[in-house]
Amino acid sequence: MISFARIRAVMFKEVKQLARDRLTFAMIVMIPLIQLTLFGYAINTDVRHIPVALVDQSHNQTGRLLLETVRATQIVNFTKTFDTPEAAKAAIGTGEVRAVLVIPHDINQRLAQQRALAHWLVDGTDSVIGGAISGLQNMPFTLDPKSANAGQTLLDANNTFEVALYYNPSRRTAVNIVPGLLAVILSMTMVLFTSIAIVRERERGNLELLITTPVRPLELMIAKIVPYIFVGLIQVVIVLGLGYLMFDVPIHGKPHEILLGSLLFISASLALGLLISTLARSQLQAMQMTLFVLLPSILLSGFMFPYEGMPVAAQWIAEALPATHFMRIIRGLVLRSAELSSLWQDSLWLGAFTLFGVFFAARRFTKTLD
Amino acid sequence: MTELVIQAHNLSKQFGTLKAVDNISLKVEKGNIYGFLGPNGCGKSTTIRVLTGLLTPTTGQVEVLGLAIPRQADALRLRIGYMTQKFSLYEDLTVEENLFFMGQIYGLAGIELKARCLEQIDTYGLHALQKQMVGGMSGGEKQRLSLACATINKPELLFLDEPTSAVDPENRRDFWEKLFDLSEQGTTILVTTHYMDEAERCHRLAIMESGAIRADGSPDELMQKMGVNIVEVKTSGLRSLKSKLIANEQVRSAAQLGVRLRVLVYEQIPNPIDWLKSQYPELHNAELTQARPTLEDVFVSVTGASRE
Repeated sequence: MISFARIRAVMFKEVKQLARDRLTFAMIVMIPLIQLTLFGYAINTDVRHIPVALVDQSHNQTGRLLLETVRATQIVNFTKTFDTPEAAKAAIGTGEVRAVLVIPHDINQRLAQQRALAHWLVDGTDSVIGGAISGLQNMPFTLDPKSANAGQTLLDANNTFEVALYYNPSRRTAVNIVPGLLAVILSMTMVLFTSIAIVRERERGNLELLITTPVRPLELMIAKIVPYIFVGLIQVVIVLGLGYLMFDVPIHGKPHEILLGSLLFISASLALGLLISTLARSQLQAMQMTLFVLLPSILLSGFMFPYEGMPVAAQWIAEALPATHFMRIIRGLVLRSAELSSLWQDSLWLGAFTLFGVFFAARRFTKTLD
Repeated sequence: MTELVIQAHNLSKQFGTLKAVDNISLKVEKGNIYGFLGPNGCGKSTTIRVLTGLLTPTTGQVEVLGLAIPRQADALRLRIGYMTQKFSLYEDLTVEENLFFMGQIYGLAGIELKARCLEQIDTYGLHALQKQMVGGMSGGEKQRLSLACATINKPELLFLDEPTSAVDPENRRDFWEKLFDLSEQGTTILVTTHYMDEAERCHRLAIMESGAIRADGSPDELMQKMGVNIVEVKTSGLRSLKSKLIANEQVRSAAQLGVRLRVLVYEQIPNPIDWLKSQYPELHNAELTQARPTLEDVFVSVTGASRE
């Protein structure tokens, strides 16, 4: 028989300890705050306003239109104009500009023949800048900018690029990163807190006493999880609230669905943490194991790189991670105003993961010292 | 016949190649204070852990309070108290909170819980510390709290694993007063120690070494059936005398106590003082007196075997 009185006793004890542990308490607020600012402002994978030079040999309408389209992306700033490519190349050498756009005189002919319209001469020393300008390769171009959505694109355009433009016209990272960051922050804090929860009692010697009492493993597991569910929900509010205020990340989904989806992921992460806690022998080991889970959660969950672009083996690993499923749920809910019910597969997976996690943690947590 | 609270037969516990407990048998009567005396690493704690169901014995049968252990360990836990060697309550909770927590774990609630906590605070003199965070308390205070928590469920059987290793002699005396109170109320107590004075207070005693029980009985019995006579020698040059004496086959051991040498001579020597004087001429002018055996003598005489 499970005793609710015992669960409550352990739970209240846990909350009191949490409230007195200032460092952990600070982490609850500071981790989302620092990460959000770092990822939102500092780690900006969208490179903008790269200083470049222009060599326009066409002097016609098409050339000017192409120039305007490039300008509109805000990726480059035309700071210089040269008459010959040779002079412009020298400017790259001195570091005055990072790239040169050369619009040839036969641009109309190239347009008609569906050939590349113009050349970029790029300073390849900085790969990020190289990548940013290479990204312009597939830039959609049309002779009539007002009918851009009508789809009269003359050059072959990259489909994904078009899709990205649709939801995020200025290609800002924050919109995509903030909901993803929620998944990363929650995996980090939730798994870490609970992975330490039981090991800490073991290290401090509390466990030796606790296992001689009538407390049952499942009671202990449940009581250890519940307080952190509320901690997780506070973090959800902090991240999405600040994302909205600081980075204008729109929140399209219904609040109760966002909370419910988050709740599923929080529970799954806590269950995973508990499982780690029953496996680890010391707090240090628990932290190492947490990192072991955290790293793929950041790299493979779709937070850093799109899931679709990953090799099949990596996708299998990604499927096993709760973060991947939550990434889909939260981006769907927050950005595309999807319904939670339409994401039922991911939700179901998180729910099942939680149940299995708690069950196995309770199984692994034997009340003996053998 | 008195009721047996603990019965263990041919109990062994092996960790890898190490035999921590080696084929011991044990009977503890109700209401007794039963002591395990032995050096660190002799298997005292392992035995306690097997008896409480924390460790599964490699071989042997264990019955505690009529329950088969480890199979019925869950039922046992409600009826025992356990005080670990290392302080194991929560240092970031107050005295009161720790008591409340342990009470709740044992199924107490409401008025009953409050009354029991107050009772324990009274019994163990924790009034002034009630709201204090446990982390900052002294060894003696922590130990009182540990005992208060271990007895909150009014256990029939109390296990104490080196309970006084972190407290001063005065606190140790007070602590034993509490144990005698509990014992008089009918609680059986099993306690491990490596202090002789503490062992002497037990009703019965088992002397352990390398996982085996070398001797058991009441402290008086043990001292009587020791098989040696004790002579205290007061003279100069004790260090060299000691090395000469222990080389003699009739001498069990010799230990220096300040200016005296305590010599254990086997019982087959009828008059040990004369024998010593005749064997060692330098002792003619020395002061030799026969002494009453102590528990330390018992300990030394039963545990030496494996060292030789």
